[in-house]
Amino acid sequence: MLAFVVRRILQSILVMLAVALIAFTLFRFVGDPVNQMVGADTPQAEVEKMREVLGLNDSTLVQFARFIWNALHFDFGISYQFRQSVTALLAERAPATLELALAAAAFALVVGVLMGVYCALRKDGFLAKLFQAVSLVGVSLPTFLIGILLIYLFSVALNWLPSNGRGQVVKVGDWWTTGFLTVSGWKALILPAITLGLFQMTLIMRLVRSEMLEVLRTDYIKFARARGLTTRAIHFGHALKNTLIPVITITGLQLGSIIAFAIITETVFNWPGMGLLFLKAVQNVDIPIMAAYLMLIGFLFVMINLIVDLLYAFVDPRLRAAMQG
Amino acid sequence: MSVPVLSVRDLQVEFVTRRGTLRALDGVSFDIAKGEILGVVGESGAGKSVTGSALIGLIDPPGRIAGGEVLLHGERIDNLDAESLRRLRGKKIGMIFQDPLTSLNPLYRVSEQLIQTIRTHTTLSERAARERAIGLLNEVGIPAAERRIDSYPHEFSGGMRQRVVIALALCAEPDFVIADEPTTALDVSVQAQIIALLKRLCAERGMAAMLVTHDMGVIAETADRVGVMYAGRVVEIGPVGDVIKEPKHPYAKGLMGAIPSLEAEIDRLTQIPGSMPRLSAIPAGCAFNPRCVDVFDRCRSERPGLIGVGDNHKAACHLHDGKGRA
Repeated sequence: MLAFVVRRILQSILVMLAVALIAFTLFRFVGDPVNQMVGADTPQAEVEKMREVLGLNDSTLVQFARFIWNALHFDFGISYQFRQSVTALLAERAPATLELALAAAAFALVVGVLMGVYCALRKDGFLAKLFQAVSLVGVSLPTFLIGILLIYLFSVALNWLPSNGRGQVVKVGDWWTTGFLTVSGWKALILPAITLGLFQMTLIMRLVRSEMLEVLRTDYIKFARARGLTTRAIHFGHALKNTLIPVITITGLQLGSIIAFAIITETVFNWPGMGLLFLKAVQNVDIPIMAAYLMLIGFLFVMINLIVDLLYAFVDPRLRAAMQG
Repeated sequence: MSVPVLSVRDLQVEFVTRRGTLRALDGVSFDIAKGEILGVVGESGAGKSVTGSALIGLIDPPGRIAGGEVLLHGERIDNLDAESLRRLRGKKIGMIFQDPLTSLNPLYRVSEQLIQTIRTHTTLSERAARERAIGLLNEVGIPAAERRIDSYPHEFSGGMRQRVVIALALCAEPDFVIADEPTTALDVSVQAQIIALLKRLCAERGMAAMLVTHDMGVIAETADRVGVMYAGRVVEIGPVGDVIKEPKHPYAKGLMGAIPSLEAEIDRLTQIPGSMPRLSAIPAGCAFNPRCVDVFDRCRSERPGLIGVGDNHKAACHLHDGKGRA
């Protein structure tokens, strides 16, 4: 077991080093960063001095090592456009993205499971077939289009919900801002959360449906029926519990992509999160922010996968036994 | 004669498919008296398991009961609504499935599954239900039941799991239990134990049972009477000794001839040529006629009914209706 954990952690570190290398290479490929920072009339001596200060004259290897060392200390340099620490910029916007991702995931899980169970239990019903058909649309429509349609319907036509921003936010603690404590914050969250969570919701719905249909065909469900247990106990006790194990795994894995895909939703709704920051950085060739964001998302995925792997080993006794052998 | 625990009258089960309606059971009739064990044998697909499912109303669509009656203590149960039928299942009729490895929900402790079933059918408190569950586990021969009851199914061996399954089927003390190939998935040595257990429980509780199997040895050892099924029909039914020693229907003869024997010195076991017809292509007349060694003209046109061929012994064959081969 310990050997397995150590091996998985080493693998994760290797992946992170590869991500770091890509992030670092960004700096080399998008031209000389100094040119971005200085005006056209800056004297050559000034430029040289700047290069020296930024460490751009050192060998590539030394620069990469320094990049990693700094990254380990959460130091991703100074943003070209804001002239502020990248870490501070990201930390300032992280709450917005995380709250959005959390709301989207909760929406996807709750609605997806409910609809999935309904579709499995009433698999020949009209509504179930409608859900199935609509879910296809949800899977295939691009996020930005859904966002724009929702804005058109609920903000422009009906004027019920705001189309952009986070609403009023409240500061909690030293660095966290939340929209959960104000009415306008909740209202502003609804449309972006639905937009971001819709794809995952349809995914979960289809997964729950097929898993549940599978479980309902098993011998232990037949035996439960033969024992005269109530339909409710069979469907929502015996069947649902067995259905949810793979669903929880998938949802956990999807959390990473929800945060990563928040870029598009944040852009559509002008949501002041990390994704929007990243997109502005791309437009302005703000390499430090891009590199830091890349590292952050990479780290997120590596961590989620690591945790899921370790959890599997922890939960499934057969896997545990196989690892010892 | 008192009212039998279970009576089946001319039961028909159909499966509606795109290619037409398949008749899985066609006119099945039998009675099971209190404390009696009826063995049901036949090849795969003969309708043994479908009969079991039909009795407790668990035939999944597109299958349905198309005709006939099922009576429990003289009262019809095949036309009950879903909720009344559910109350009956487990309470009056228990069912034991073939594979103990898949019959138990892997995520619930044995105690949870037992207590839930007991409390579904009785008004016992959680604690009383637990007491009863421990008693049941003791009764089916699980050692240290007080300790083992909180284990998960995967912590038991196959034979022990089948004992748990039996305990679950007996939770509400049903009058009648259907055992659908209860020993097929088990080791031979464990099979004998489970059969002995079933036999003991039926005797102790005066419980009637229908034992579905294709193991003639199990039937010979356990059953009081035996019914032989072929292509969804009962072709012979009678006391177990008579049917095994003096089978009347050519198919039953073939089946008995296929049992290896230590005493008889034969080099080869007899085998029945051909295979059972598909449900979509059951021949007219006697369903067995294409494979029968004694076939004659009437067998191909007229379907034989069950006729008495001995004491409480019936067979569905034109050879025995006294009209001869004419």
